[in-house]
Amino acid sequence: MSTRMPASPADTAVVRRLKIHVLRYNPQDPASKPHLELFEVDEAPSMTLFVALNDIRDRQDPSLQFDFVCRAGICGSCAMLINGRPGLACRTLTSVLGERITLAPLPFFELIGDLSVNTGKWMRGMSERLEAWIHSSSEMDLRRLEERMEPELAEQIYELERCIECGCCLAACGTARMRQEFVGAVGLNKIARLRLDPRDQRTDADYYELIGDDDGVFGCMSLLGCQDVCPKDLDLQTQIAYMRRKMLRAAVFSGR
Amino acid sequence: MKVVYTDVLVIGGGLAGLRTAVGVRQRGLDVLVLSLVPAKRSHSVAAQGGMQASLGNSAMGAGDNEDIHFEDTVRGSDWGADQRVVRMFVNTAPKAIRELAAWGVPWSRVARGSRESVVNAEKITISEADDAHGLITARDFGGTKKWRTCYTSDGTGHTMLYALGDQTIAHGIPVLERQEALALLHEGNRCHGAVVRDLITGELTAYVAKATTIATGGYGRIYKVSTNAIICEGTGIALALETGVATLGNMEAVQFHPTAIITAGILTTEGCRGDGGVLRDVDGHRFMPDYEPEKKELASRDVVSRRMTEHMRKGKGVPSRYGDHLWLDITGLGRAHIEKNLREVKDICEYFLGINPVEQWIPVRPTQHYSMGGIRTDHTGQSPTLKGLFSCGESACWDLHGFNRLGGNSVAETVVSGMIVAEFIADYCETEGGELSIGTGLVREFLDRERQRLDALLLGTGGESVTALRESMETVMMDKVGIFRTGEELEAAVQELQDLLHRSRNITLRTKAPGANPELVAAYRVQKMLKIALCVAQGALLRTESRGAHFREDYPQRNDRDWLKRTLATWENDSDDLPSIHYEEIPVTDMELPPGFRGYGTRNHVDHPDTEARVAEVEKTLAEVPEADRFARQQALMDYESLLPEKYRGRNERLTERL
Repeated sequence: MSTRMPASPADTAVVRRLKIHVLRYNPQDPASKPHLELFEVDEAPSMTLFVALNDIRDRQDPSLQFDFVCRAGICGSCAMLINGRPGLACRTLTSVLGERITLAPLPFFELIGDLSVNTGKWMRGMSERLEAWIHSSSEMDLRRLEERMEPELAEQIYELERCIECGCCLAACGTARMRQEFVGAVGLNKIARLRLDPRDQRTDADYYELIGDDDGVFGCMSLLGCQDVCPKDLDLQTQIAYMRRKMLRAAVFSGR
Repeated sequence: MKVVYTDVLVIGGGLAGLRTAVGVRQRGLDVLVLSLVPAKRSHSVAAQGGMQASLGNSAMGAGDNEDIHFEDTVRGSDWGADQRVVRMFVNTAPKAIRELAAWGVPWSRVARGSRESVVNAEKITISEADDAHGLITARDFGGTKKWRTCYTSDGTGHTMLYALGDQTIAHGIPVLERQEALALLHEGNRCHGAVVRDLITGELTAYVAKATTIATGGYGRIYKVSTNAIICEGTGIALALETGVATLGNMEAVQFHPTAIITAGILTTEGCRGDGGVLRDVDGHRFMPDYEPEKKELASRDVVSRRMTEHMRKGKGVPSRYGDHLWLDITGLGRAHIEKNLREVKDICEYFLGINPVEQWIPVRPTQHYSMGGIRTDHTGQSPTLKGLFSCGESACWDLHGFNRLGGNSVAETVVSGMIVAEFIADYCETEGGELSIGTGLVREFLDRERQRLDALLLGTGGESVTALRESMETVMMDKVGIFRTGEELEAAVQELQDLLHRSRNITLRTKAPGANPELVAAYRVQKMLKIALCVAQGALLRTESRGAHFREDYPQRNDRDWLKRTLATWENDSDDLPSIHYEEIPVTDMELPPGFRGYGTRNHVDHPDTEARVAEVEKTLAEVPEADRFARQQALMDYESLLPEKYRGRNERLTERL
């Protein structure tokens, strides 16, 4: 794999021996008990946790479970707790961490095994619950010119669209600890994105039906762990506050 | 015995697979998508730069149309493409992009008025027309005559995949995640579905379907360094190969992208050069104009990658402990542009290289990027030899790209082929031949066979290590089946891969768990990958010419006389240690654009004996049709519209071509 390739020119020559503690547990195996396991790895220049974990699996323990797909910080597969903080393992350079590194699976999501969690299943459920797609009754004639959109608006939508559904926001969320049904910053941001998009013809009253409760926008306690850890630097705080205002207004004006 | 029945089974949850699933669902069929990973994490998400569609909205794309897109694509393919398929594609691409726009992709838009831009390292002013304001804009990409690549900043694939992923959910289509097909169910010349392993529990299930579609992307990961996601291992394509009935096309056609960062091999988009970035050598010299004075950095990818390698061989590379590289310089584009339109590039540079591309040059070198080869299908996406098996997107060879793909044509192909092939799948399911006709005995036989294979791997005592086999394969492909190829090296590569294949039959696993077991997964995958690697290497060895991305130093000429043909590979028996290679002629006599000079370097190819006559015929035909009617001229040369599903026929509206 490309991944074991060494590194960029800017690297230092000092080799550290990393002590990587991995929280291991395989729910499929009745004999398995959660425990921390230590792996030692010689640090290579420009080594990322992706490289380190693959090295461990290739050379020390082939049973270690974790998820990587793009290994470039784009797909959102590899979120995990890195020294207790949610982040993308693939683009975390070991050089920014101490010699002792602790890795654990993201909390909140169903555990598959070791560092692998089922974010996909949760995200699909959230999308279904929030009907998180463009709702339009307009006829499509694919031969005709596309509908126009202001260039700035397209950019604003893209800003919110940059979420990669990695799950870090939920792993860092106080409400999610208490409410398994909470849609999280990922869900609220998605509704904010759809609301901004004129192609989604739903009204605030419709969105209120989806997120106007404690599992939605009113569940947020404004602790803002989501914003702190978002790998895409989305302005989740502003989006949640904005949606809360809009949903309150929708509630008031609909007589709720 | 667990058996699931459906109308259409789609293997692969990227853009091509999802668009196929939505298409057949809209036709009222029952459909299931199997995916190794959550669909929105598929490799399609990584496409940064854009999607080609000849909308012609922006000033630099003015006058663009299907004809020009067609010509660029055929030239880019070095005449290896099926020109009817290219026509189907270029006519559907504008429809695809408009459909995606309606589904929510926030395509970057034309803004009226003047703006500064960088072209050929010089600042120019571009003025956009009032009446184009708010329509989908486009950027420049390599090998195209017009600015045709539509984009969403540099998150095009992401926004496309999310829009399609959302539509998949809206249509209620189940995407079964962490499911891996191990084998196709088939009997004689008919495919009936697949045997599928649950990657969490290890459970095997037979999915029985009227039509089975493989949309599993490319095989970049047989190489040591690839821009591809780590799941792009070619194992989906291997499913077809292992039937012994379906054929693979042009597997030796492998594209190297000019600008992946060292050493992780992560891509920086062609948009960097399209937007004005330049390549520099160890002396800081911009060298591409020396080789390709006309297209410079924006020559076709295969050409730029070869020129870069050539330049490094002359000692002009930048030495580093990981080998030589060159520089990609986007500093001239300015902070605002980079932070808006090339933000992923900036992120990648910061996270993986620790540099800021606004101020610093990016260390890059050519890296495996795209697989033009794949499951051979006809223009409907169906295997000509195994009925009921369809394929589309990068895993297929239908054959849009020939021996080199243009940037921006791959994401376009995923959705366009998904749209088109879905219609043909639905048609097929509605015919008598499409009815299910499989007995449970056959299902049991296949399930038992796969169970036995897994057991054999789990119990294997031959002593071979999966990691060692895989690393050796990657190195052989990298060193001997790369950008520049020679007969000697390719022969050695085939031998070494055969040796690895033999050894892969004697693997010993350290982890014996039948359920979640990454080592077991790696083991059965490497066996498949080695067969794919052998198809690539053997195809490359036998093709004694240079065409597109396939470059033989010992046969540097394109040779239409002997090699205007498509390579077909089959793997007849599991115990074989080489694919059987056959060829299929690409007839010159019905080409709309007969083979000619591609426009790079000096004219240096051997003509096909039919070319001269076809050129004369084309000229004569065109002389009889008024120049103003481009549609009539096209129609007179080659029919394609009758091949398209009815719903995708018809012209595309443009500002200058109103319907």
